[in-house]
Amino acid sequence: MDVLITQILNGLDKGSAYALIALGLTLIFGTLGVVNFAHGALFMIGAFCSVFLQRLLNLSFETIDATKTDFLGNPLKVKTPYVESWFGPEMGGAIIDWSVPLAILFAIPVMIAIGFIMERGLIKHFYKRPHADQILVTFGLAIVLQEIIKAFYGANPIQTPAPEALSGVATLAEGIVYPVWRIVYFCFSVAVIGGVFAFLQFTTFGMVVRAGMADRETVGLLGIDIDKRFTFMFGLAAAVAGLAGVMYGPINAPNYHMGMDFLVLSFVVVVVGGMGSLPGAVLAGFLLGILESFASMTQVIELIPGINQIIIYLVAIIILLVRPRGLMGRKGVME
Amino acid sequence: MSKTNLTRRGVLKSGAVAGAGVALPTIFTAQSAAAYTNEPTGGSVTLGFNVPQTGPYADEGADELRAYELAVEHLNGGGDGGMMNTFSSKALKGNGILGKKVEYVTGDTQTKSDAARASAKSMIEKDGAVMITGGSSSGVAIAVQGLCQEAGVIFMAGLTHSNDTTGKDKKANGFRHFFNGYMSGAALAPVLKGLYGDDRKAYHLTADYTWGWTQQESIAAATEALGWETVNNVLTPLAATDFSSYIAPVLNSGADVLVLNHYGGNMVNSLTNAVQFGLREKIVNNKDFEIVVPLFSRLMARGAGANIKNIVGSTNWHWSLQDEGSQAFVRSFGTKYGFPPSQAAHTCYVQTLLYADACERAGTFNPCGVAEALEGFEFDGMGNGKTLYRAEDHQCFKDVLVVKGKENPTSEFDLLEVVEVTPASQVTYSPDHPMFAGGQLGSCNPGA
Repeated sequence: MDVLITQILNGLDKGSAYALIALGLTLIFGTLGVVNFAHGALFMIGAFCSVFLQRLLNLSFETIDATKTDFLGNPLKVKTPYVESWFGPEMGGAIIDWSVPLAILFAIPVMIAIGFIMERGLIKHFYKRPHADQILVTFGLAIVLQEIIKAFYGANPIQTPAPEALSGVATLAEGIVYPVWRIVYFCFSVAVIGGVFAFLQFTTFGMVVRAGMADRETVGLLGIDIDKRFTFMFGLAAAVAGLAGVMYGPINAPNYHMGMDFLVLSFVVVVVGGMGSLPGAVLAGFLLGILESFASMTQVIELIPGINQIIIYLVAIIILLVRPRGLMGRKGVME
Repeated sequence: MSKTNLTRRGVLKSGAVAGAGVALPTIFTAQSAAAYTNEPTGGSVTLGFNVPQTGPYADEGADELRAYELAVEHLNGGGDGGMMNTFSSKALKGNGILGKKVEYVTGDTQTKSDAARASAKSMIEKDGAVMITGGSSSGVAIAVQGLCQEAGVIFMAGLTHSNDTTGKDKKANGFRHFFNGYMSGAALAPVLKGLYGDDRKAYHLTADYTWGWTQQESIAAATEALGWETVNNVLTPLAATDFSSYIAPVLNSGADVLVLNHYGGNMVNSLTNAVQFGLREKIVNNKDFEIVVPLFSRLMARGAGANIKNIVGSTNWHWSLQDEGSQAFVRSFGTKYGFPPSQAAHTCYVQTLLYADACERAGTFNPCGVAEALEGFEFDGMGNGKTLYRAEDHQCFKDVLVVKGKENPTSEFDLLEVVEVTPASQVTYSPDHPMFAGGQLGSCNPGA
């Protein structure tokens, strides 16, 4: 029983990442009609916003410690971060320790700006092109972005640890322990998803965007510049993916390829949820996350060897056979 | 006007005879001129360095390439000579190999077997490489080794730890300096017994490919021989990134040791996840829960950060070794690049010197001559103590290091500390050991 509960928690946690990425993908598809294969790269760039801030906060000056030597036998150069020198070791250390949560504030404007640049600079030229062209150009863009990150940060993963206060495990019930940061990640994801839905549901801006998603031409005829709003939505989707990446860093160390690792699964999530359906993407994200976790259980693998590697695709096939539009797909979208 | 007897037929006949006459020497000499593939004819010899320049092991590949460049510099008489000064064989003179200047070409394995074979093929066929070396994956090593056997060039493997490389997939043209899964198990087992006792229950998570399988088999056999019980072995997809769903069942499995048969990004993520789930703070069966990472790499350890502290594993070589050879190499490498070399860099550097030395001793670049010189060759001064290149399987037998993540590192390179240097005799196995059975070395292929 304990294992089942832990696997449900794992599934919710994994599903949180899927849901956040798929939410952005669906937002872009629903508003702009673009199949954005560079969306995984935005998740990765978000994680590297956290790496960047961590390195920025760790910028150091060197002093020589004559009592110690380096690997070549020379006097050891000791590095002290500037923030520790400016604010004292305790305060400076705390600022560095909280670099991941601080990176949220840093990542929001950066990701919105990247989203704007991507949409205005490249993707808008492909709106009227076939989906195959959009896939090719955005996939190419994803590769370019990941190679840029690799050129700066290398191919090895880089740790971005959670703050000390949010590390370790929490005991949820007798025999059930779960990492604190993963609980934080789940709560954060729910808050972001809730925020996006509230924004679309309860603001005039959101109402116009929803109207544009339903009937772009009519909204345009009313004299509303729907393109500008859709560009903003692209920036918002980029920010959502970026935030998912920032917070994911302490779970798995960021590396240049992490976006690609999530991309295919996120597309499956979007298709299973129903193209263009925001609630569908969230529902499918959590559902597939939980199924993937259960499929990794020893008992399940012993029963059906290899099921852990194919479960998501198997479920996707079954759902699409039974409900060709996905779980919550709308009539007329991608048909 | 003068009359000529030139006719169209006459011109054709004369042309054919003249053409055959001109071609005659090359027709008869073409076969005999090239006694083996890519026999160097000018003043230089080309080596092919096939390393991952892109993909997940690109950092390790970059370090391998640095080591190769350093080795070429030393072979051509540049720099401080590095390990050439400490190498027990004194055949190398710093004037290239057999008097020919050493040049090199590079290929990108991408850590994909097909890409690695394609780049090796290109270096052999287009660039005239007489030897191929490098790589950071056993799958790649086995694939390229097979290609070199067919092409008739020597393959000096880079970082490859699977038993199969010099086991069922061994080839007469292939040589491995790096240690293997069996050796890791044999070196680790006594240390694990000393640290954690002989009554333990181990749970294995294993990367689902050749290296993972043979490593798991080796570690399980070695620890079971101590009295440990293997509770479970779960194969994890190579592409897995989040291991939480594989870690969770460990919590209730009754196991008190988790063995992570993972390397690279897999190792970083699985270890990070295991630490996140509080495994290291757990007490199971009245014992502290322990994690073991059988194959350690400093480059990978850096990715795992503080999670690596006090975790035990094995490694082929470490820059902190104090023997003369290691220190000479660290000095050369550190002075040139500003940081200490990795174990991948070490094995690649040593392999290049060993190949060059074998050519000198054999007096030829012919792969069969080189292979004969390497087979049964005993040497010292290369950082691992006395070493034997065994003739039966082309595997090097030398001391193996058992290391532990350092509790208080003094620098970003100071991540591992050597717990024990396991003597070569303890990790040596017979050539017909069941874990290495199933393949034939075959006979050397000179190509051409």
